[in-house]
Amino acid sequence: MASRLAQPKTAGTYVRRLLVIGYLFLLVIWPVALVVQKTFEGGLDNLQTALSDPVVTDALRLTVEVALWAVAINTVFGVGISLLLVRYTFWGRGVLSALIDLPLSVSPVVVGLALLLAYGGTNGTFGPALEDVGLQIAFATPGIIMATAFVSLPLVIREIVPVLQEIGTEQEQAAKSLGAGAWQTFWRITLPSIKWALVYGVVLSLARALGEFGAVKIVSGNVAQQTQTATLVVEQKYQDFEQGSAYATSFLLALIAVAALVVVTILRPKDDTDGD
Amino acid sequence: MTLNTSLAPGATRRRRARSATSLTRSSGLGLGIALTWFSLLVLIPLSLVVIQSIDGGWETFRQTLTNPQTAAALRLTVTQALIVTAINVVMGTLIAWVLVRDSFPGKRILEVVIDIPFALPTIVAGLVLLSLYGPDSPLGINVANTERSVFLALLFVTLPFVVRTVQPVLMELDRDVEEAAASLGASRFTTLRRIILPSLAPAITAGAALSFARGISEYGSLVLLSGNLPLKTEVASVRILTYIENGNEAAAASVATILLLVALAAIVLLQVISKWVARRG
Repeated sequence: MASRLAQPKTAGTYVRRLLVIGYLFLLVIWPVALVVQKTFEGGLDNLQTALSDPVVTDALRLTVEVALWAVAINTVFGVGISLLLVRYTFWGRGVLSALIDLPLSVSPVVVGLALLLAYGGTNGTFGPALEDVGLQIAFATPGIIMATAFVSLPLVIREIVPVLQEIGTEQEQAAKSLGAGAWQTFWRITLPSIKWALVYGVVLSLARALGEFGAVKIVSGNVAQQTQTATLVVEQKYQDFEQGSAYATSFLLALIAVAALVVVTILRPKDDTDGD
Repeated sequence: MTLNTSLAPGATRRRRARSATSLTRSSGLGLGIALTWFSLLVLIPLSLVVIQSIDGGWETFRQTLTNPQTAAALRLTVTQALIVTAINVVMGTLIAWVLVRDSFPGKRILEVVIDIPFALPTIVAGLVLLSLYGPDSPLGINVANTERSVFLALLFVTLPFVVRTVQPVLMELDRDVEEAAASLGASRFTTLRRIILPSLAPAITAGAALSFARGISEYGSLVLLSGNLPLKTEVASVRILTYIENGNEAAAASVATILLLVALAAIVLLQVISKWVARRG
């Protein structure tokens, strides 16, 4: 209350508010609303056509499967590496912590190229050897999972690390001094305090994983009903002038992404700085 | 200054914890597994891109970059990313300010709106922008297949970065210092310039670097929107893809390496700037 009194609403407040709302309306809100409108232009026809098309449903199934794998891998890896980065000292820690962010700055196309150079079946460095033992990575599901895990790798870590730094180690040390094992300390003390940051990171990863396009396009080979993911279907349907299906599939993908965000925004306590 | 005092307890706690914790056997094993996975997924493949571009020799590298189509693509990509980053620095900080300092009904909806460009699949982002700024635009603005489509797509996908890095810092910012400055006779502008901006500078820089890196690497949102016209709307990522599809991996790797170097330079520059600002504060 005191702070609100100290900063009265001036004309500037309203100008800034209007400017921000106008900007976001033109850049995000209106365009997104139009896609929803176009999806339902002919009632539920577009959605029905799309969902009865095996190309679309197979792609959606593959996308969900890939996203779940990638998110699971990133969650385990992310929690582990965050704990190591924050709670331990080792040689090269600073470098590692800088490198972790690298995937966010690498073009999806470069990610695809990099994975092909490493795991491509004929020219890749490891590809031919792995295919000899029966493991095909490029142009198959494992490659799509790797591409997806690559692009969404830092998201969980970026959410957890600040919270781990903030909460410190007092509680963990108290638990340990009272005889709790490392595992018990993690489940009973650490995990509950990073819970919301973790949920937020997982949701962001899931949204990113469901929507990856460039890296997957290169690594997957884009074969309909085999290695074609939902985002690749959107491109193909749009270019094949089946725009109804393109809009419907886009709508489904956007719906999942936005729903996940809304759920987290509602679930997350308002001033969540200490994580509980 | 305010930032440093508010962070101080955490910092000492961390320092104390650090001296007490070297790796145990099980955490060492965990680190080994994590590093192996990180190397197999990220480090080795990316190194192979760089090695491939060197393997082709300096000549391939030079030829690729002096190819007029590739040079035009790189120029367009970097220029548009720079313009978009500059706009994000201003608009992103303003949005963060309104989200933190202002209160009005529907503010939480804006919170979700900010994250939409990040969560939306890039190909869908292109389709979304096409519906308002494409051939059937209800506004009568059609940017499809022009340079402005690249600008618009980058502006959309990079929206959250500055907002999301500045917002938490602004929330932590101690308002007492601003009030003290005001009561000592500082104008609102002086307070903004001397008190608020220095504390926000590291966050703004971090957001700008992320937004620039994302901008130069964008691909998905441009596929349907820009038409990928050579010498006109074709960006660096599309050039890489074309080289891959033509089986010219050396040339693809050369352009990719340039993009990696530019992104890396942005990250290093960010670290230097935020350290410099922190020391000054």
